[in-house]
Amino acid sequence: MDTPLIRIRDLCKAYTRGDQSIPVLAGITFDIAAGEFLALIGPSGSGKSTLLNLIAGIDTADSGQILVGDTDIVTLSEGELADWRSGHVGFIFQFYNLIPVLTALENVELPLLLTSLTRHERREHAAHALDAVGLSDRLDHRPNQLSGGQQQRVAIARAIVADPDIIVADEPTGDLDRVSAQDILHLMDRLNTELGKTIIMVTHDQRAADAAHRVRSLDKGVLHVSD
Amino acid sequence: MFLIRLIVKNAFRHTLRSFLTILGITVALLAFGLLRTVMDAWHMGVEASSATRLVTRNAVSLVVPLPLSYRERIRGVPGITHVSYGNWFGGIYIDEKNFFANFVVEPESYLALYPEFLIDPTQKNDFLRDRKGAIVGRKLAERFNWKVGDTVTLKGTIYPGQWEMVIRGVYDGARPDTDLTTLLFHFDYVDETMKKTSPSRSGQVGFFMLGITDPDLAGEVSRAVDDTFKNSQAETLTETEKAFQLGFVAMSEAILMAINLVSYVVILIILAVAANTMAMSVRERTAEFAVMKTLGFKGPAIASLVLGESMILSLTGTAAALALTDPLAQAFGSTLSQYFPVFAVSRETILIGLGAGVFVGLAAAALPAWRVWNTPIAESFRRIG
Ligand SMILES: Nc1ncnc2c1ncn2[C@@H]1O[C@H](COP(=O)(O)OP(=O)(O)OP(=O)(O)O)[C@@H](O)[C@H]1O
Ligand SMILES: [Mg+2]
Repeated sequence: MDTPLIRIRDLCKAYTRGDQSIPVLAGITFDIAAGEFLALIGPSGSGKSTLLNLIAGIDTADSGQILVGDTDIVTLSEGELADWRSGHVGFIFQFYNLIPVLTALENVELPLLLTSLTRHERREHAAHALDAVGLSDRLDHRPNQLSGGQQQRVAIARAIVADPDIIVADEPTGDLDRVSAQDILHLMDRLNTELGKTIIMVTHDQRAADAAHRVRSLDKGVLHVSD
Repeated sequence: MFLIRLIVKNAFRHTLRSFLTILGITVALLAFGLLRTVMDAWHMGVEASSATRLVTRNAVSLVVPLPLSYRERIRGVPGITHVSYGNWFGGIYIDEKNFFANFVVEPESYLALYPEFLIDPTQKNDFLRDRKGAIVGRKLAERFNWKVGDTVTLKGTIYPGQWEMVIRGVYDGARPDTDLTTLLFHFDYVDETMKKTSPSRSGQVGFFMLGITDPDLAGEVSRAVDDTFKNSQAETLTETEKAFQLGFVAMSEAILMAINLVSYVVILIILAVAANTMAMSVRERTAEFAVMKTLGFKGPAIASLVLGESMILSLTGTAAALALTDPLAQAFGSTLSQYFPVFAVSRETILIGLGAGVFVGLAAAALPAWRVWNTPIAESFRRIG
């Protein structure tokens, strides 16, 4: 059997309010295989976003390990994490989080500024990514000239343009109508099956959870296998 | 480059807000430049004074006269080349608002002490020979359109009466800071009239002007002169022309200090405005900066976005201000030329203005940049909900 892509061991995270410590994640242990499409569900406040942020390297754990390949990202410094993220993780947010003054093409080009690609190559890659999400006719549109679904597709193009192995998505369909949400889920499924991306998605939406291959639910900081 | 274009786009995202901030910086730096130029103009009279000239006046006060008879005794002090004398005349030409400086002096020795007054030899001779003759600086002549040969009447304030005189010459300056706004005429003309009308006031001078052989002797000669008249009826105070002018300026020193202070307060106010703009602008974009950090951009890159944006606003305003300072000062200077013989924006003012602009740009960005750099990503996302 293959070693899993991500191995999470005894992961703990608590917030302190005043002199009181509020545990959010209480010793999470589980594996995510390469090429998996995982949905994290659970009640509001159960710690889903916190867990996702830890796996994606944009938050810091109190204790435990997150092994991605051979790297324990819990031990990385802030700067090392930044480099690691830009090489390994693509992000999709609930509210798209595009830069409003940049065109669709420029938004997708943004992560590539951290690579050694030439300007021409960057534009080519970005255009290609936008083509993959079906937006080749919207390259020069600003985010406010696009629908919510289109903006989320630009965000997906931005997430895949640097060719990361892992894609994390925090409620990617949370702000969309049913049809657009379906589009986005379909697109994510293609990223998983056609491009082999490992996807971890936090969601409240049952249909979204259904699109995933595996579902795990969090409740009060403890993980359950749902199926 | 991509990031520079992003900075420029960010800087003008809120057109009105950016425009108002830039306008504020421009107006503030213009005010700063003008205030400094006024101060420079004020001090210019001092700069133009010669280190080889001393002024002797009554130790009590500038307005108390000295007896003309002191002249011979002063002349006897070693190190002195020329002695001239005169008084502030304070005459009014037609109307008080036509103010300009006018003095009665002993003409020959006075001109000998002022080699920087350039005057045609024929005109100079005419002036020296005519007891009712006067000479005027080029700027003053132009102001009232006076020609050589014109008759001018001044209404006396210190010396009552109407004083008629004939312009015999117009002098130019050997140096750019030479004062060309003064009228000089004969001490004797006034003194002889006083002899008839109020004899007690004749034979009195406001100041002696002394030429010395060497600027290094200034202290020594001054002391020697003042010692000569120690314990006499009118004790003297002798100082360099520069110090004398400074004494004049010192009366207004409090005002100058206030102006100086205001000029820097203006910079601080505009710093507060610019800092507010940057703080608002950065706060609104908390999520955007967090996204960029998420993508792998690090603290320095993010901070330079903020700094760059702040610099664009500040330097645009500064450039506009520096471009406008000189034309504005010229306009200002020409309406005030009777008070300020020289009114020019100095290089130093321009450089300090530029420095202030850079400082405002840096300082306004400092706190917001520090915040974006240091706020953890997860917290930024949570803050915006
Ligand atoms: N900075 C913080 N300070 C204190 N408590 C925090 C902080 N961040 C998160 N929490 C708490 O941690 C818990 C988990 O938060 P998290 O955002 O991970 O939940 P979630 O499962 O994503 O919820 P939702 O479905 O509403 O997004 C919540 O109870 C929240 O109040
Ligand atoms: Mg959440």
